Amino acid sequence: MGSVVDARGLSCPQPVLMTLGEIKKLGKGEIEVLVDTDTSKENVSRAAESQGWKVQDIRGEGEGYRIAIRKD
Amino acid sequence: MKNIFAVRWGIIVVGAFIGVFAALLQKMGNPGNMGICVACFDRDIAGALGLHRADVVQYMRPEIIGFVLGSLVAAYLFKEFRPRAGSAPIVRFVLGAFAMIGALVFLGCPWRALLRLAGGDGNAILGIAGLIGGIWVGTLFLKGGYNLGRSEKTYASVGWMLPLIMIFFLVLRFIYPPLADKPQSGVLFYSLKGPGSMHAPLAFSLLVGLAVGFLAQRSRFCTMGAFRDLILFRQPHLFTGLLSLLVFAFVTNLILGQFHPGFAKQPVAHTLSAWNFGGMVLAGLAFALAGGCPGRQLFLAGEGDGDAAIFVLGMIVGAGFAHNFGTASSPAGVGPNGIAAVIIGLLVCLFIGFTMRRKMA
Repeated sequence: MGSVVDARGLSCPQPVLMTLGEIKKLGKGEIEVLVDTDTSKENVSRAAESQGWKVQDIRGEGEGYRIAIRKD
Repeated sequence: MKNIFAVRWGIIVVGAFIGVFAALLQKMGNPGNMGICVACFDRDIAGALGLHRADVVQYMRPEIIGFVLGSLVAAYLFKEFRPRAGSAPIVRFVLGAFAMIGALVFLGCPWRALLRLAGGDGNAILGIAGLIGGIWVGTLFLKGGYNLGRSEKTYASVGWMLPLIMIFFLVLRFIYPPLADKPQSGVLFYSLKGPGSMHAPLAFSLLVGLAVGFLAQRSRFCTMGAFRDLILFRQPHLFTGLLSLLVFAFVTNLILGQFHPGFAKQPVAHTLSAWNFGGMVLAGLAFALAGGCPGRQLFLAGEGDGDAAIFVLGMIVGAGFAHNFGTASSPAGVGPNGIAAVIIGLLVCLFIGFTMRRKMA
């Protein structure tokens, strides 16, 4: 199981900054990002893909989303 | 469901729509190079309500009302209405007020800076350069861990407050319409001359406002975010929307005969380059610290963000201060206290930027 980034309740650009920070730290593997708005969901997905990571799964969770991103 | 406006061409279409209809709003009666200006229009609303008594800038602008309500409709339709609040509201209020004070030294929000450029006003280049400078300083704070803290999910009624205020404003506009040669109609003030007296017909302004609000909520259009994401992440998504706005407004202006290149005698503008730049450094920094340009704050408020709503109210109150304290510019130049206000505003923003940092691990 990879790491979890909890960006719920944070506004732009914090979720993306936190995701990119974790991507930089790990280099590869799996990260789950928790967000609570559709804007953050789109931004995090776009940022991850721009770094060569794949968005594997987006699941609704509570009031927000759990985004699983991965790079092998 | 895939959001079609969150992709590249989606944001380009939205930028184009705003550019074309802003130019058309000017053609239909809005002031020069001010088809849409969120700062100016919030300021005109403050004037209509009597929060300041600058008699040339008083009008209950339907575009602003439409932005919030159009976003509200889109948010409900696509199940994105999420009432939330509690992320440093008082700081957002102060940032909104100083963003307005800075924008009124330049005479325009980022949208109007682009529209001024698209209309040939060379002074806008200094304003846009200042805007980018202010946003760049903001990105340094963001890299250093600056943030306003988490918001909390809350009652739907919290998210409804600003939309309800806008509906109230619209009702006032219907009950107290402008009267010929009268500076007041019921509780609302109206300008008999100056930019406040220039406006497109109510229905046109309101419909364009609703459409822009709807589209911008879907596409997350943000002029501050455009530069911020480019500087911070080399991410051009929002920037393509901004470029689209500029290009389509320019082309529409050319077609309509509204393109007049030059620096002197531009509509609702002054030629003091240092303060066109300085005012927008303050505005850009305040927008960056608050996480959105003034338009985006209206759209966020429409989808239930109570903190963005506080920023909007800060802008309206800030406009009251700007005119009552003589900090707003006019075509004659900067106001008597404009320079002092920019310096104080920058100090306040730096204080906020340096003191609000926390790791959100």
